[in-house]
Amino acid sequence: MYNKSLKELSASLRSKEVSSVELSQYFLARIKHFDGELNSVITSNEEVALSTAQQADKIIASGEGGLLTGIPLLHKDIFCTQGLRTSCGSKMLDNFVAPYTATAVNKLELAGAVMLGKTNMDEFAMGSSNETSFYGGVKNPWDLETVPGGSSGGSAAAVAARLAPLASGTDTGGSIRQPAAFCGITGIKPTYGRVSRYGMIAFASSLDQGGAMAKSAEDAAIMLQAMSGFDEKDSTSVDKPMDDLLAGLGDSIKGLRVGLPKEFFTEELDVDIREKVEAAVDALKSAGAIIKEISLPNINLSVPAYYVVAPAECSANLSRFDGVRFGHRCESPKDLEDLYKRSRGEGFGNEVKRRVMMGAYVLSAGYYDAYYKKAQQVRRLIKQDFVDAFKEVDVIASATAPSVAFTSGEKKDDPVSMYLSDIFTIGVNLAGLPAMSVPCGFVDKKPVGMQLIGNYFEESRLLNVGHQYQQLTDWHLAVPTGYEQEA
Amino acid sequence: MQWETVIGLEIHAQLATKSKIFSSASTAYGAEPNTQACAVDLGLPGTLPVLNEQAVRFAVKFGLAIGAHIAPFSVFARKNYFYPDLPKGYQTSQFDKPIVGLGQLDIEVDGDTKTIGVTRAHLEEDAGKSLHEDYHGMTGIDLNRAGTPLLEIVSEPDMRSAAEAVAYVKKLHTLVQYLGICDGNMQEGSFRCDVNVSVRPVGQDEFGTRAEIKNLNSFRFIEKAIAHEVERQIDVIESGAKVVQETRLYDANKDETRSMRSKEEANDYRYFPCPDLLPVAITSALLDEMRDSLPELPAAKKQRFKQQYGLNGYDSEVLTTQRAMADYYEDAVNFSDGEAKLVANWVMGELSAALNQHNIEIVSSPVSAERLGGLVKRIADQTISGKIAKQVLELMWSSEHSADELIEREGLKQISDTGELEKMIDQLMADNIDQVEQFRAGKTKMIGFFVGQLMKQTQGKANPQELNKLLQSKLKG
Repeated sequence: MYNKSLKELSASLRSKEVSSVELSQYFLARIKHFDGELNSVITSNEEVALSTAQQADKIIASGEGGLLTGIPLLHKDIFCTQGLRTSCGSKMLDNFVAPYTATAVNKLELAGAVMLGKTNMDEFAMGSSNETSFYGGVKNPWDLETVPGGSSGGSAAAVAARLAPLASGTDTGGSIRQPAAFCGITGIKPTYGRVSRYGMIAFASSLDQGGAMAKSAEDAAIMLQAMSGFDEKDSTSVDKPMDDLLAGLGDSIKGLRVGLPKEFFTEELDVDIREKVEAAVDALKSAGAIIKEISLPNINLSVPAYYVVAPAECSANLSRFDGVRFGHRCESPKDLEDLYKRSRGEGFGNEVKRRVMMGAYVLSAGYYDAYYKKAQQVRRLIKQDFVDAFKEVDVIASATAPSVAFTSGEKKDDPVSMYLSDIFTIGVNLAGLPAMSVPCGFVDKKPVGMQLIGNYFEESRLLNVGHQYQQLTDWHLAVPTGYEQEA
Repeated sequence: MQWETVIGLEIHAQLATKSKIFSSASTAYGAEPNTQACAVDLGLPGTLPVLNEQAVRFAVKFGLAIGAHIAPFSVFARKNYFYPDLPKGYQTSQFDKPIVGLGQLDIEVDGDTKTIGVTRAHLEEDAGKSLHEDYHGMTGIDLNRAGTPLLEIVSEPDMRSAAEAVAYVKKLHTLVQYLGICDGNMQEGSFRCDVNVSVRPVGQDEFGTRAEIKNLNSFRFIEKAIAHEVERQIDVIESGAKVVQETRLYDANKDETRSMRSKEEANDYRYFPCPDLLPVAITSALLDEMRDSLPELPAAKKQRFKQQYGLNGYDSEVLTTQRAMADYYEDAVNFSDGEAKLVANWVMGELSAALNQHNIEIVSSPVSAERLGGLVKRIADQTISGKIAKQVLELMWSSEHSADELIEREGLKQISDTGELEKMIDQLMADNIDQVEQFRAGKTKMIGFFVGQLMKQTQGKANPQELNKLLQSKLKG
């Protein structure tokens, strides 16, 4: 049951082989059984989930609903859910229950999905290992000694361990794709503006984008279709209809031009990983794709540019957590200054504080031009590189991350090395492009991900490439040892 | 030494939109604390701002009215600082790319016209209110005002006296109300003023160091605060010290300004473009639409009043200062069958006095323009005297009746029937032989006695001109 595709699960629901209530109970049982060691789910929604599932069963019985009706899923704890705590992985919001639901969550709810709970994440989505969570790190089901990646590490680990068929994620610099790669699942971040940011707690507003994490490109396509769409509550939301993603999955990739940026295939990339990615590219070639080397001349500037822009935006975005209206407030503050300092000092973890301070620094008088303004200029150059590249190719392929999942604690005290683990994914966010990660093999029994980057609004083509690749390979069907048993 | 004062002004005009600039919460004044603050206004995590188009239209309208450049693209920025009544920890404002660029406004002081430059006007959200009283040493926060749309209008340092500054503020105050973009209510804080003041020796080109006086909310305070500040700065310089660049607060009770914070303590606001909002694009279609929607502006209206109604400069000025009063006046003239001068006297005189006394705005006058016009018509055709008219106006104030109905009901119609008046005069003269004798002996003032008696008898309804004429001839014998 746990390895069934969405289409298969939906068919089982339709044929009454299983009810949504049973399916929800089944995955809730898997969470109870397996998540003790993984720590991927931090808030359970069991009671509400079962009543939602009951409703779904009624809809199914009446022959209504769609592919997602009655399908259980998990949401990253960055999406506000009315009535259910939204912590964003932070002590600051340990007590926060939003009086509204994020648009993306709402859309999935309307599509009939059943939310089982909320997944662990790096605090305020700042991290690449899930180790910055107030609720403790998440373990990678492929190797419990290693991290699942981040910041959507809880969602990635949960889907990898088959604790739910689907999970939402958000991606500011690679936070869907890198954990998807580390955990051997499929994750897609659409074009900036496709998924509403309303109710999604902001880290870096101009980079944040919600997306889908699933076992396969096909499942991710179904989920993304449901969660995306114009939202008047988000001014950066794009009013452009999404293609029929499922319908697009049948297209042949014969003649598809795949670009390999030479800047992404250097000695910084682990040789074993490079081999796996090249093999995956060969598979695309065998299906008729044309492979071209391309150049993204300014892409090496993406990490420094990102670590100016993202902290700058986060420094302002996180100012609202001041202990005055909601969230953590320190005990008996002696004055206003004390209230601010201690509430924020106690409520935020180190990585968040580091980024808030970096952000305040790069925006401050006398430094703005040298940092923030310069970074925005670099950002435009990077975007232009991609625009130029997409005149020559249809998709761009690379490794998702320069290494496989690293050991817990390994990079915890070395932020720069941690930041560099996003080296292949960050440019995409700066440009606002859609990109995904698909599993393409194993190195040392740890999953390797191939990143596919598409042109603006070409999620359909991108998902089709991922899907066609998954028709040729079965890496995406592999289940980590131990988790293939029933709960 | 002779000193010259240099003044520049920043005015915050609250835009008269129904909802806030980035949320759908109401902007109505005076609600219970925190009942008009939605999730967006509270800055709850995950919420996002959506720009109120009406605020943009109002800003454009203002820009066009002062002949300013309207930016095809303007940008909202975040102004970062911590304060309990600033929910997000930043104010969303416009910084280096404001919606309205350089424009100008003419003012008149002592009969001279002067052009004041308006540097820029930009859109921003207001903060909430911190309430320091009634909370036993703690501070209450009311976020009803948070997110209220403001247009901050920044002038060039073109004013050289408190009188010029006040003339400029009044001019703007009139203009924004004309445009219908601000209710101009200064008590409720809909129209607030920050004044930048410096002094320099006459003839010197460079400006002196300025002090900014914050949050002045009446014309009188603006004038007094400037006067006080100029005096203070001259004292400082003449005593050999230097004026410090700082923000000062005007204390109306003590009539003095005092320091709030100096430049060194000033915040670094770390402005940067707000990533939650797109640049504001102004299309030429919107510009055309706004241009077409501009009402007749005060200066043009004043000119027209002089020509069309034959009013003098002073009357035209008073009647056009408020658009509502100008509209009322024109309606009343219409209903009076064109008694322009008489209506002007009544609107500026009796009606304004009554409105002031009851503290009522002319838009909510209990006596409508139609009814006042009807009243004036009856003065003009001598149905009633001016004195009786005042009585009728009082009756109208507390009823819905027209002047004609009240004149009829109360029997206030003037007695112009000479036969009737003659009879009364004859009787009165017969009853007061002594007084008649005195008059005839040359004590002509005695006529007052007869007028008084007759007015008393007729309860003021005797036509005064008629009465006077008859008395003169009868008394003289």
